[in-house]
Amino acid sequence: MATFQKDVESTIPALRRYARALTRDADIADDLVQDTLVRALRSEHLFHGGELRSWMYTILTNLNRNRLRSLARRPAMSSIDDNDAPDLAGPEAGGRDIERALATLVEDQRNALLLVVLEGLSYREVAEVQGVPIGTVMSRLARARAQIKTYLEGGRPTLRRVK
Amino acid sequence: MIDRELPVTEDELHAYVDGELPAGRKEAVTAWLAAHPEQAALVAAWQAQADAIRAHYGAVAQEPLPARLKLDRVIRTSRAAGRRWQAMAAAAAVAVFMIGGATGWMARGASASAPAPAPSVFERFTAEALEAYRLYVVEVRHPVEVPGSERKHMTQWLSKRLGYEQRIPDLQPIGLRLVGGRLLPGPTGAAAFYMYEGASGERFTIYCARVETPETALRFKEGERAAAFYWAGDNAAYVVSGPANRERLETVTKAIYEQMDAGAKKS
Repeated sequence: MATFQKDVESTIPALRRYARALTRDADIADDLVQDTLVRALRSEHLFHGGELRSWMYTILTNLNRNRLRSLARRPAMSSIDDNDAPDLAGPEAGGRDIERALATLVEDQRNALLLVVLEGLSYREVAEVQGVPIGTVMSRLARARAQIKTYLEGGRPTLRRVK
Repeated sequence: MIDRELPVTEDELHAYVDGELPAGRKEAVTAWLAAHPEQAALVAAWQAQADAIRAHYGAVAQEPLPARLKLDRVIRTSRAAGRRWQAMAAAAAVAVFMIGGATGWMARGASASAPAPAPSVFERFTAEALEAYRLYVVEVRHPVEVPGSERKHMTQWLSKRLGYEQRIPDLQPIGLRLVGGRLLPGPTGAAAFYMYEGASGERFTIYCARVETPETALRFKEGERAAAFYWAGDNAAYVVSGPANRERLETVTKAIYEQMDAGAKKS
């Protein structure tokens, strides 16, 4: 296997983790990872060195954005947002809470938060993935954290701000 | 001692949680937090969120890979699609040769006063597309009717007007941003026209409409300043136009073709 392919292969476990947290659905997540791999392999000639990991996250993030857009085109789909009050008991309660809290976030904020806390990317790398200045990444992080905090404290989720 | 320190901003508190503070500042923030319990509680809450996210999803990276995510298999699948493209691209090389040959032949034929054949769908379509490209690509203020930021609305609108589901490709991975699109008259009815722009201002356009012609191989046409790739499939014809640089145009067309191809297989 060529070096490029080996490098791509080494990113798969982390991509799955990121995709699972983004979509909160194992099948959809693996679909996204598969599409990301196909796209990356076909676009090898477009990869001009640099951080392969960031490039893979960029592809996956963009594919997920397209997926959400096409979901939005189908009005019959039920919302992925879950405005139920957080569970207060049970062994899985903490996990389900954070899952629901993530679901209430605006897409860009969720991407930024997960790339930082779950994937360990630096602010600079997240800025590259999202194609925005570092200051924008930081404000997305701040809003994401404030929203999750409000949600977990049992307050009604604040209305999504449409940018 | 705390009084002599710079005030700590909220940005710094996030950077503190994420290990992004510059060297030397971490101790100062730790000390400041010890004296500011309210902010310390906030920082603790953010850290707890991060821990919960890692606890909930962290183990996914250790799960065994399903077969379809094994890279060998992904490579095989992606090669099959790549071969379809290569077959198309090879056919395009032949088609260029034939167009060149035909022009030469027609030039000779004209002197022998042979009747010129009626232009094919390909020729009419490509001519219209290149005309639209030349017309709008120089437009600075109004290159499109609907901006790329309203992709969803544009998809709905043009799908309705053209009578088939529009797939507007995402070309960000190859550095092209969607400027937007417009509705145009075409040789066979309404046509959609999408414009993309690269970082250096180079513009590429997709011109497409519903046609009744059978699937065709990819064909290439080059003018002095602009060039185009044409193909038909799925009852629609496509012309990708751009600056006359065949290699770059082929890369762009390939990305578009693959997304159309993938979309067609899914639906």
